[in-house]
Amino acid sequence: MSDNSAALLSNNLIYAAMLFYTLAFFAHAVEVAWSVKTPAKSVKKTKLDFSRTERIGRLASAFMVIGFLFLLPGVVFRGISANRVPWGNMYEFSITGALAFSAAYLFALKKYKLRWLGLPVAISVLLTLGTAVTLLYRPSAPLMPALKSPWLAIHVSAAIISGGVFLLANCIAATYLILDRYEQKGVRPVWAEKLPSLEVLDNLSYRLVALVFPLWTFSVIAGAIWAEAAWGRYWGWDPKETWAFITWVAYAAYLHARVTIGWRGRKAAWLCLLAGSTFLFNYIYINVWGTGRHTYSGL
Amino acid sequence: MSTVLDTRSFLRWCWRQLTSMRTALILLLLLAIAAIPGSLFPQRSQNPIQVKQFFAENPETAIWLDRLSLFNVFSSPWFSAIYLLLFISLIGCVLPRSIEHLKAIGAKPPLTPKYLDRMEFYTEIKKIDLDKVEKFLRKKHFRIRRDENSISAEKGYARETGNLLFHLSLVLILLAVGIGSLLGSRGDAIVNVGDRFINTPTSYDILSFGKYQAEDSLPPFSLTVTDFKAEYDPVTNAAIDYELTVLTANPAGSKEIKKIIKVNQPLAYGSTKIYLQANGYSPIVIVRDKSGKIIFDGPTPFLPQDANLSSIGAIKIPDMDPQIGFVGSFLPTADRDPIRGGFSSYPEVLDPRLLVSIWKGDLGLNTGIPQSVYRIDTSKMERIGLKALVLNESYDFGEGSITFTGWKSWVNLQIVNDPGKGFALVGAILAILGLLISLFTRQRRIWVKQSGKTQVAGLAKNGIPGLEQEIDELVKEMSNER
Repeated sequence: MSDNSAALLSNNLIYAAMLFYTLAFFAHAVEVAWSVKTPAKSVKKTKLDFSRTERIGRLASAFMVIGFLFLLPGVVFRGISANRVPWGNMYEFSITGALAFSAAYLFALKKYKLRWLGLPVAISVLLTLGTAVTLLYRPSAPLMPALKSPWLAIHVSAAIISGGVFLLANCIAATYLILDRYEQKGVRPVWAEKLPSLEVLDNLSYRLVALVFPLWTFSVIAGAIWAEAAWGRYWGWDPKETWAFITWVAYAAYLHARVTIGWRGRKAAWLCLLAGSTFLFNYIYINVWGTGRHTYSGL
Repeated sequence: MSTVLDTRSFLRWCWRQLTSMRTALILLLLLAIAAIPGSLFPQRSQNPIQVKQFFAENPETAIWLDRLSLFNVFSSPWFSAIYLLLFISLIGCVLPRSIEHLKAIGAKPPLTPKYLDRMEFYTEIKKIDLDKVEKFLRKKHFRIRRDENSISAEKGYARETGNLLFHLSLVLILLAVGIGSLLGSRGDAIVNVGDRFINTPTSYDILSFGKYQAEDSLPPFSLTVTDFKAEYDPVTNAAIDYELTVLTANPAGSKEIKKIIKVNQPLAYGSTKIYLQANGYSPIVIVRDKSGKIIFDGPTPFLPQDANLSSIGAIKIPDMDPQIGFVGSFLPTADRDPIRGGFSSYPEVLDPRLLVSIWKGDLGLNTGIPQSVYRIDTSKMERIGLKALVLNESYDFGEGSITFTGWKSWVNLQIVNDPGKGFALVGAILAILGLLISLFTRQRRIWVKQSGKTQVAGLAKNGIPGLEQEIDELVKEMSNER
């Protein structure tokens, strides 16, 4: 297969994936919207009729899986078209990031019964892919010399996977805060009845962060080892390095707050959101408007 | 007397405050916040030119920002204060814990509590044989305290081991950074293809030493740049590959060996590494005086200004009377547009052009003030000509003539000695190892007590899940045995 046709195939696969994520988005939206209707006679929340939305919910999950199954080869063929790992510019980071994010969701979906999170996940993946194909798209091209290193595969994949899981933890922490606000005012809205208890959400976001924090640490260290080989120093406070450090310190603070001091609930969720937003800031702001050595040709 | 006591108790109070987890948490968050300006303002350590530009554009604010060390955030007193306090707090917290942990390694688990029914996962079952329970738990690598009527079992000491290992490794990394900055050196040298570089301080364009690094400690190698190849993508003009070939000898004078240096592939002599960091062109010119005598003949490195290597530079001829200076641009592949004027449209040399403006007067080289080799201070000079030269073209500017005869590539070699980086790497690996051990080890206790019936209960540190299943399994296994 020629490089060009691989790139074309990759584009088409990504469009197909977007179609299925859109379908998943609508299905999840229907699921959330329909579960609002309570059976007319009973006001008791325990008698909410969720069975009517069960089918569309399952369908939504199926769409998410199909979307993932299109996105995965989309990313792979992008790599094949350039004869390298598919993360040489921001378009490629974005599609791989979306892939990592939806993989993290599908993994957690099975393990922690996370179908309720499908709506925000579908929206995030769609937004990421949408921005990627419209604003960030660059033709498939070879790498600049500084990126030609086996560390590209190691450092960037670890960073992307960590990012996917951090953002998932962020979605859960945000959900926590929203539901917490409702519960403080009284009861949860009906659509949120099916969502897990606050305690479960709190634990879940913590567990995701604790799971992936060593990987993020590894990603930063792998970056340092690579920087030593390419730039002559292992740490130089380049803006991207600085923000990677800030993210690391923020999550370290979160883990200490939770494990050692025993923060739970609202405070922990805010700290989790704060740490996650430093990651997003690094990804978006520093890549697009930042200076320094991590800015590569045309994003 | 009492004041002494007061001082002492005050100091003790301070120490307890500093080493408390809450303080550590605040310091951690402060450290994150303090790092932010380092990414928003240009930093001297990375981009001194941008700092100068900032000063030129906002002179008044820049002075104030500079007083607050905002252009040297990571070596500023306040940033240093935060991380030093953090590390003191960390050591103050981790050392006592390490000692305690070492003592605990040989110790047995604590006594079985009196009232097990207050513990988690409490169950009462039919009487079972404690010996069998002990055997079962030992097989699962629990540490066991066996008393007459009870068993207290604990597992997961490694959690604390990992935790301490992680924090102590961070101290090692900090020390490694210190070693590198005190005992290291870092310098840059621009070398034309064909030239020889001998590793002595005078060969460098810029060279900085750590505080405790002697100037004669550079390894005595020599290096001749024999070839430099740059490959570009003809569609995007982006660089695809750089390859530098050198003949090198260590020490200089011994047998030379051919080596290849690439961007991700530096040449190493012990803890000293030689990196290929940048490249550009040196146009070659011959300058003659009025009588036709050759005054200057050779390459002059020009600084690239963009991705297509449009380069600027200065050729200074102090040996002519009056002194002559050429302020020049070198365009490897010359192109023109009405707005920008001349520019380069491709980074390889396909259609080279040398644009020079010619100045006569005082170059100002004898003032003692160091000057950039890429610029000319034309304040005491007068412009006497302007010319775009194609290859092998000469131009007569009255006081003499200039001929553009060719070009060479130059490479910027960065030569770095960081004796601390090995320790930093060891520290980093141990830190990850410690982190993995501490985050994925579950520490928990199980108690079994005979009192008519058998009572079973447990306690999981930090409420980590999984203990309930473990106790269930124990109960099931023991009940089946009978």
